[in-house]
Amino acid sequence: MPVLVYTESEKGNFKKSAFEVASYASELAKSMGTEAIALSINADNPSELGAYGISRVLNAAEPRLAEFNARGTASLLRQVVSETGARVVVTSSSTDTKYATSILAGMLKAGYVNNVVSLPETTEPLVVKRTAFSNKGFAYTELKGEPAIIGVSNNAFGTLENSVEAQVEAFSATFSDSDFGVKSTAVDKASDKVTIADADVVVSGGRGLKGPENWNLIEDLAEVLGAATACSKPVSDLGWRPHSEHVGQTGKPVASNLYIAIGISGAIQHLAGVNASKTKVVINTDPEAPFFKAADYGIVGDAFEVVPELIEKLKEFKAQNG
Amino acid sequence: MKILVCISNVPDTTSKINFTSDNTAFDTTGVQFVINPNDEFGLTRAMWFKEKQGATVHVATVGTASVEPTIRKSLAIGADEGIRIDAEPVDGIFVARQLAEIVQKGGYDLIIAGRESIDYNGGMVPGMMSAMLDMNFVNTCISLEIEDNKATAVREIDGGKETLETTLPLIIGGQKGLVEESDLRIPNMRGIMMARQKKLTVVPPVEAADGTLDVRFEKPAPKGAVKLIDPENIDELIELLHKEAKVI
Ligand SMILES: Cc1cc2nc3c(=O)[nH]c(=O)nc-3n(C[C@H](O)[C@H](O)[C@H](O)COP(=O)(O)OP(=O)(O)OC[C@H]3O[C@@H](n4cnc5c(N)ncnc54)[C@H](O)[C@@H]3O)c2cc1C
Ligand SMILES: Nc1ncnc2c1ncn2[C@@H]1O[C@H](COP(=O)(O)O)[C@@H](O)[C@H]1O
Repeated sequence: MPVLVYTESEKGNFKKSAFEVASYASELAKSMGTEAIALSINADNPSELGAYGISRVLNAAEPRLAEFNARGTASLLRQVVSETGARVVVTSSSTDTKYATSILAGMLKAGYVNNVVSLPETTEPLVVKRTAFSNKGFAYTELKGEPAIIGVSNNAFGTLENSVEAQVEAFSATFSDSDFGVKSTAVDKASDKVTIADADVVVSGGRGLKGPENWNLIEDLAEVLGAATACSKPVSDLGWRPHSEHVGQTGKPVASNLYIAIGISGAIQHLAGVNASKTKVVINTDPEAPFFKAADYGIVGDAFEVVPELIEKLKEFKAQNG
Repeated sequence: MKILVCISNVPDTTSKINFTSDNTAFDTTGVQFVINPNDEFGLTRAMWFKEKQGATVHVATVGTASVEPTIRKSLAIGADEGIRIDAEPVDGIFVARQLAEIVQKGGYDLIIAGRESIDYNGGMVPGMMSAMLDMNFVNTCISLEIEDNKATAVREIDGGKETLETTLPLIIGGQKGLVEESDLRIPNMRGIMMARQKKLTVVPPVEAADGTLDVRFEKPAPKGAVKLIDPENIDELIELLHKEAKVI
């Protein structure tokens, strides 16, 4: 009874999270003494997954899924689950994948957990560690029944190179009209920017920046670091920045390797959404700002002085270190 | 149009999270419970459909009697009727099955749930319901317009947004954006008085399996002290991020 992993791609290219979940699935399969099989949809090079220990890839060349469709993706996954007899299904935490996986779980009446941060503690019974209470706690959750669905947190497990030869097979599915009852009519997405979900580094600004006219500080710093930009809730409520940049408990979750918070006080609801980030740097004029208690590195100072200098020094650093 | 808003009863966002001494349950001592913020945006959008398009709005919660203040609050905000499914909300699939039963019996056209509950962070109940009921479903929904049985929805995607067209019956997983923060309503005295007269039906759960069980909880390890860097010495920060944290 294999482990099945859904490896998401965009315009034919695998997302970074696809390699993370592939690594997770092959390690899990190893510990269960079984095989990991990947499903990709319209991927240009499905065999790339071999680098992460996947020896068998089912690729669905499916024109109806050229644009993402959640129910269609779930329906396809359900067919792969039944064909492969998968015991566990591993998926990522991207917005699209979570959307499709919740539908799949309903189709299969399966136990499903999200925000899983490590390999199962035990596989008999299957118990995983996940964040709960918006990062204020962890839960150890038992998945009963088969199949069980594990949604792995972005950036939590990382990638593990373990090169094997991947055998690629075509998979074709049948759909019903109700699989396509929701139709996309327009996508509005900045294609040249890293997204908060995919970014290794996120640079975030709060009310301490005083106004939208000062956001060049955040954008310039993000550019040097190849980072995504984010903001606190009041900043988006005030219309200084788009809502899509709002991070925290009621906004987007952040689980990057590096999170730089500039002029953000560190309210409990903000921290709840960003605490999963590995390294946190805070720049704030107020030494009593609560964020310092949650941070790894801090500079007590004025953003308008510190950030321009940080940008210059980082440029020098990048020039030297490539 | 008949709307059902699914309300999850969650600890207030400022709550400190503690677990019982054997770490098997969430310790609710001193915790204030509120309408899940994502559901509050949905409920407020439902009020708009009620006032502008004549919709009827019911709210439903799976929970024990302790969730009734949250249902009453939803009624005080303006929902017409409340339903409580009298069961401990064991896990996503169990809750979805209970709510699907209410939807089927009540003949709702639009079901508004939230993107996720801020306590268990499942992010799954509305999607599961959509599969059980074979209904159209839009997740991370930030805008919703309805004309006859046609719906235009906008959903948040990683890095942007997508506009979708679909038909009723429809389920959405809503979040901030469905209405603005400033549109959220605090129940007034009149609303609270009227809520007392409104119907709150308690129904028994249907037989349903669960798929997961939280066996124990743990608090995050306490964080080490922050390393403070002199603003005159930014090189040190870069050095630390490069050599110690290895993130640049
Ligand atoms: C139900 C609910 C949900 C919420 N969800 C979220 C959420 O998801 N995300 C979120 O972010 N918030 C959320 N909030 C709001 C949260 O409580 C705080 O109000 C918010 O995070 C504060 O934003 P801020 O830090 O940008 O602003 P402030 O609290 O005003 O902090 C500004 C900071 O900037 C510093 N500063 C000022 N000038 C400078 C300078 N020149 N250089 C450097 N620093 C400077 C100040 O010392 C201060 O610490 C929520 C609140 C509620 C009630
Ligand atoms: N016990 C419950 N009763 C009613 N609705 C719920 C319950 N739990 C979750 N929901 C709904 O499902 C959404 C997503 O919850 P979850 O899948 O737990 O993250 C919530 O925002 C609610 O709309």
